[in-house]
Order: sequence, then structure tokens, then C-alpha cells
Amino acid sequence: MRKKNGSKWNKYLYAGAVMTGIALLLGVVGFFWTPCSTTAMSAGEKFSPPSLGHIFGTDNFGRDIFSRVMKGLGTTIAVSSLVVLFSGAVGILLGALTGYFGGIGDEIVMRITDAVNGFPSILLTLVIISLLGSGRQNVIISLGIVFAPSFVRIVRSEFIRLRDADYIRRARLMGAGSFRILFVHILPNIFSVFWISVMIGFNNAILAESGMSYLGIGVQPPDASLGNMLSDAQGYLQSAPWCALAPGLTIVWVVLGFSLFGEGIRRKAAEE
Amino acid sequence: MKTGFHGKKKLCGFLFTALLSMAVLGGCADGTGESSEDNSIVVGIQQDIDSLDPHKATAAGTKEILFNIFEGLVKPDENGSLINALASDYTISEDGLVYTFALREGVKFHNGNAVTAEDVKYSLERVSGLLDGTPLISTLSTIQAVDIIDEHTVQVTVGSANTELIYSFVAAIIPAGSGEEEGTDPIGTGPFSFVSYEPLKGITLAKNPDYWQEGLPKLDSVEFRIMGDGDTALMELQGGTVDFYAYLTDSQAQALKNSHQVLSSPTNMVQALFLNNAVEPLNDVRVRQAISYALDKNEINDFVAGGNGTLISSAMLPTLKEYYVDLNDTYGSAANVEKAMELMADAGYADGFDLEIAIVSDYPFHMQTGEVIVEQLKKIGINAAIKGMDNNTWLEQVYNGRNFEATITALTSDMTPGYLMNRFVTDSKKNFINFQSAEYDEIYLKAQNALDPEEKAGYYKELQKILCDEAGSVFIQTPANQTAISKSLAGYKFYPVYVQDMSTVYIAE
Repeated sequence: MRKKNGSKWNKYLYAGAVMTGIALLLGVVGFFWTPCSTTAMSAGEKFSPPSLGHIFGTDNFGRDIFSRVMKGLGTTIAVSSLVVLFSGAVGILLGALTGYFGGIGDEIVMRITDAVNGFPSILLTLVIISLLGSGRQNVIISLGIVFAPSFVRIVRSEFIRLRDADYIRRARLMGAGSFRILFVHILPNIFSVFWISVMIGFNNAILAESGMSYLGIGVQPPDASLGNMLSDAQGYLQSAPWCALAPGLTIVWVVLGFSLFGEGIRRKAAEE
Repeated sequence: MKTGFHGKKKLCGFLFTALLSMAVLGGCADGTGESSEDNSIVVGIQQDIDSLDPHKATAAGTKEILFNIFEGLVKPDENGSLINALASDYTISEDGLVYTFALREGVKFHNGNAVTAEDVKYSLERVSGLLDGTPLISTLSTIQAVDIIDEHTVQVTVGSANTELIYSFVAAIIPAGSGEEEGTDPIGTGPFSFVSYEPLKGITLAKNPDYWQEGLPKLDSVEFRIMGDGDTALMELQGGTVDFYAYLTDSQAQALKNSHQVLSSPTNMVQALFLNNAVEPLNDVRVRQAISYALDKNEINDFVAGGNGTLISSAMLPTLKEYYVDLNDTYGSAANVEKAMELMADAGYADGFDLEIAIVSDYPFHMQTGEVIVEQLKKIGINAAIKGMDNNTWLEQVYNGRNFEATITALTSDMTPGYLMNRFVTDSKKNFINFQSAEYDEIYLKAQNALDPEEKAGYYKELQKILCDEAGSVFIQTPANQTAISKSLAGYKFYPVYVQDMSTVYIAE
């Protein structure tokens, strides 16, 4: 491996890794533990500006915003991971089968993904949510359904590219079974492409989950989530701007971190 | 039912909102508003008109605008009592079955025709269903006959005596035979006449120069403009393109405090944590009482209403003074966790239970109330969770389907004490909480039939007490209505019912 322009990809990868790392750490810790209670209310501390005790200030119920951001981040990351896990798994399974075998099954699956892609994704999630009802698990299901087609397409095109590669032909001649060829010979070779789409998917999932909660159909209050914190804070933009600033900047931080990380991986893969 | 003062959330991302708000703020940087130069104002309203026909409109938000166009034989004043409008006088027979109205002379419709006994007869027959069999205003379906005694006297005979019926004669009087046209070209006798209406945009009214009350109205025209949501309204108020906006949230009121007159008045709504009396474990009166004890209403009022709400403990508006009885001592305004725990243990729920609270997620006022309540219920071991839903789902599942455990909403009352109390009669169609009490049903009937005002008031007070003691639901507050009015305007009068009377408003500067 040659290291031409080595510092260039390093910058993206390292910056992304550091930002993502901090966000993940905060989120994972926040999922289990927060410095203050995320739901306990205190009339006396309503709308305190950022201070040493509450570094992001407090909201309209006197709750510590930093703790709520941690908890909300944890929830958002958990939801997004499950969404990506679900849609990624569906993507690998369907993409591998349709890409490798082609035929009528390929046609059917592709037309279905075309149909799903035909709708604006946020609209489709809203439709699914209105059928299932609001709540965390329904957000995971609906986003999973909406995100799956893009994974299917990416995996499928990689499998089409590789199914006639020389080493796959040889494996076939040697009598390797289809299952072995699919998941042992081809799959490991598509990961560099797959990881990037996972990163992008994760980003989109975070934004989508925040959007759902912002609209009041995702995580239900009083549980914290970045989206519903933003939506609540909107009413206090002028009197208590820190209420909106903390969750807003957190979303920017996480999404930027993941984007940089994804870009870093892409550049690294391109170099290799 | 109107749950007015809550902004609607919009379907777009926060970035888009930010961009949009920058554009709007930039756009109205120069704006002192075009409205204050001539003698007209712009009133921001929250929702579209459901019908221009005064007899068919049901939304409270529509009725409060139509109040400016139409009048009945009687109309409410700012104290909530009735004054004569198109009737200059009326008498009710001893047995309460015959109403005789003397019509005010010289009153003209907006089309220039004088109001005659024929018009009154037509209007009353239309709303009571005598005309075509379908009553448009259900309380008036009791009317048996409308007779013209002479040119200026109309006699109405009703089927059963009810002293609250007179309040229903606020029903609009329209020109005879105009029923079909009212929906598109409404003609009434009110201080303002109809000019134009555009769906989703608004409705414009102009001064009625022939109005029978001397010196009114003071403005030449009023435009009621539909605001997309609370944020838009806030920006338009600050930019000066809107002069008047009611039902502010507490945070909006805070933001407008310095630039506008922000006035607070009690609403005619009853906000409560409604409990479905038919499902376990809420069918146990001890559990419902425990929840009543556990809630800290002062804290709720402080957190969500800025302390402006009026605490209540039963389903009667404090503004209905003759009928209201203060029961706030029954469970106290602060939390009594010990007593609540005791009752929970008595009922066999010492370890608590799960409770789902359905709330329309577009109403931040109720959502925030829910957040506080979830936290308060934790203290007695009840693990409550909010289930947000849209208004249609709520109506279908909760209000009509009665398939819920608890919900937070506000019920709107009119000026009659029986309006809300009727909701808790066992077989009432509106009894969505499935409240059951034979004693309550019995006293409600007595209250309806009582002719002596004091006796009637006594019955209503008993009803409130039963509803409170049985903890049919946990009644929280009548929220305050905070209204922002441009500093150049004066003369606005608040009513304890849903009306926006623009006739007395004038530009002071």
C-alpha cells in the first residue's frame, strides 16, 4: 500500500473519528447514566442560563439540559443503530440474492425498491407511522423500511460487479456452493463500499429520528430526545436560546462527525 | 371542542424554519404595518372558518368571528349575562313554556331591509327544525311553535320548561328565506357586515353604518387573517402586520410583553386529566382519589400557564358565579403524597401500575401538562407514559371510541351551567369518561327541571361535589387566555365566552 497524500485522508478520518468518538461516548454513557435526572423538575431552576452546575443551562421545567442531551443522544444513537442494523441486514440479504442470481426475483425486488424510492422518504415514514401509531419502536420499523432500498441497491450493484470476477468463477468451478460464494467470497469484498453507505445511512437515521421526535411522533416526552428538545425549545428561542442551542449543536456535531468519518473511509478505500 | 391557545406544529425541519424565519424577519424590518393608517385592523386567527352560515357553524373559532356579523334576540355581554339585542324586551310565562319577544324597532339587515317578525319566525323555525325536520341547534329543538302576534311581537312555545333555554336565543336572526345563501353571502344585523372570505386566508368585514347601537362600531373594517401557526403569528405581531392575536402560549406572551399590551382573561375551558372510569384500575374510586391527591396543581399552573390559570376541582367555570362552588380544599392544590399512597395501598396497588395518557401532540399546552403529571405520578408509584397522537386519531379512539386509560384535554363550556355537567350523566353521549353515579343522574334531572334559580344553583353545586368526591376525573384549571393587542388600540372588551367583539375597538393614537 502506497501512502501518497497520506495526510489528506488522515485529516478527515481522524477528525471524524474524534468527533464521532466523543458523541458515541457521551451517548452510550448517557443511555445508562446522567449527571442529573433527566425528568425531575424544579420550579426554582426554570430557565437558568449555562453555569457550572448546569453547563448547558436548564429548560422550561428546570431540567438539566446537558443530562437531557446525553440521554437524548443515547436514545438517538440506539434508535439509529437499530434502524441501520435492520435495513443493512435486509440490504445484504436481498442485495446479495438479487445481484448474484438476477432473474425474475431481481425484477420484483427492484420494482418494489423503485416504488419505495418513489416517495419522499419523510412522507413515507409519516404514512407508516400513522398506520402503526407513534412511539420509539414504530419509528425504528418505519425508518428501517424506508432505508432498506438504498442498501439493497448498493449491495446488489456490488454483487453484480463481482459475480463474474475471475476468482468467483474459479470458486464456482471448484464446486463451491452458492451460499459460500455469496457470503464468504463476495461479501467481504464489498465492505469498503458498504461501510460508507452505513455511515451515510446512520447520518440520515439520526436526522430522521430527530425529525420524527420534533414532530412529536417519535420518542414521547417526558423522555429526552434531541428532536423533541428542539421542538420544545422553539417557543423559547428569544427568552432562553440555550434550550435550542444545545440539542441543535449536538445534532450538527454528530452528523458532521459521521460525515467526516465516512468521507475518511471513502478516501482511504480509494487510495487502496 | 376548541382548544385554542396552542400553536400548531408544522411539518418542516428546523433548518427550514430557521431560514424561513430569517427571510420573514428580514422582510418585515421596515414594517410598521399598513393597517394603522386607515381606520382598520388585522386580527390573527388560528384556524379556518368551518361555515359562514351562523346556524351551521360549530367551531368555536368560527362563532367568535360570526359574533360580529350576526345577532340573536338576546346576546351576551362582557359579564356573561344576557342583554337584549334584536328583542327590546321579552317575557317568559309562569310555567316556562311561552316566550314572548318584543322586537326592537328600526333595526336593519346589512342589505338595508328592516328586520320583521317574519324574519324572526323564519330564523327560529330554521334552527329548531320546524322548517325541514332537522334542528340546526339542538337545544332549540324543543320549540313547538313560533307565532307572529303582531308586526313587532313574536311568541315562542316550547315543549318543556327549562330556565337555561333563554341562552339559546342568542341564535342568529337572518332574513326570511335566505337560508340557502347564508353559507356564501351571510347577511345579519351585527356591527360589521361581510365583505369577502377566502379559504385558508381569512375573512374581511366592514362597518355596518346602520347599526342600531349608537356610535358602534368604531372601526371601518376588520380583517381576520388565518395564521399558519403560533410562530408565524408571533413574527407578524412583532413586525406590525397583525394588530391583535388571542390564545398566546405563555412563552409567546413573555416575548410580546414589552412591545404589546398583553391582557389576560379567564377562558371558558376546563382542563383536566380525564380518567376512563370503566377500565381497571381506574374503575376503583380510591385509585382515582389517589391520583387526585398526588397531583400538585399549583406546580402544573406555574410550569405550563405561568401561574395565570384558575385552579378548579370540578367541571364548572368559576365565571359562572351563581353556580360555581369552590372545592379546591377537597384534595388540596398541592400534592398530598402520603394520603395518595394510603389510598393506593387500600385499593391493592401499593406497588403502583402502568398508565397511558393519550394527548393530542399538536397542543403543547396539554403535552407540557402531561410531562409534569407523569413526573408527579411517579411519586406514588404510577408509571405513566404519554401517547401522542393527532387530533383525528384522538377523536376516534379517545373521545368517540372511549378506548383509553387517561387523557389530557380541555372541554369548552357555554354560559349555561348544565352544558358541562351534562357530560357526566351516565347515559350521556358525551360522557366519554364513563362516569357512573345514580345519585348524579337523579340530581342532574332535578337541576334541569328546577324553575327557582336558587334551587337550581343548589342542585348544580351538589353535582360538582359528587363529581369531585367521586374523582370522576382530576380537574386542573381553567387556563387563562392571553391576548396580544397592538399598543395603538384601545376599547377591547373580554367576554367570558368565546367571542371576539370588535365593535368597541378603536385606534387610540
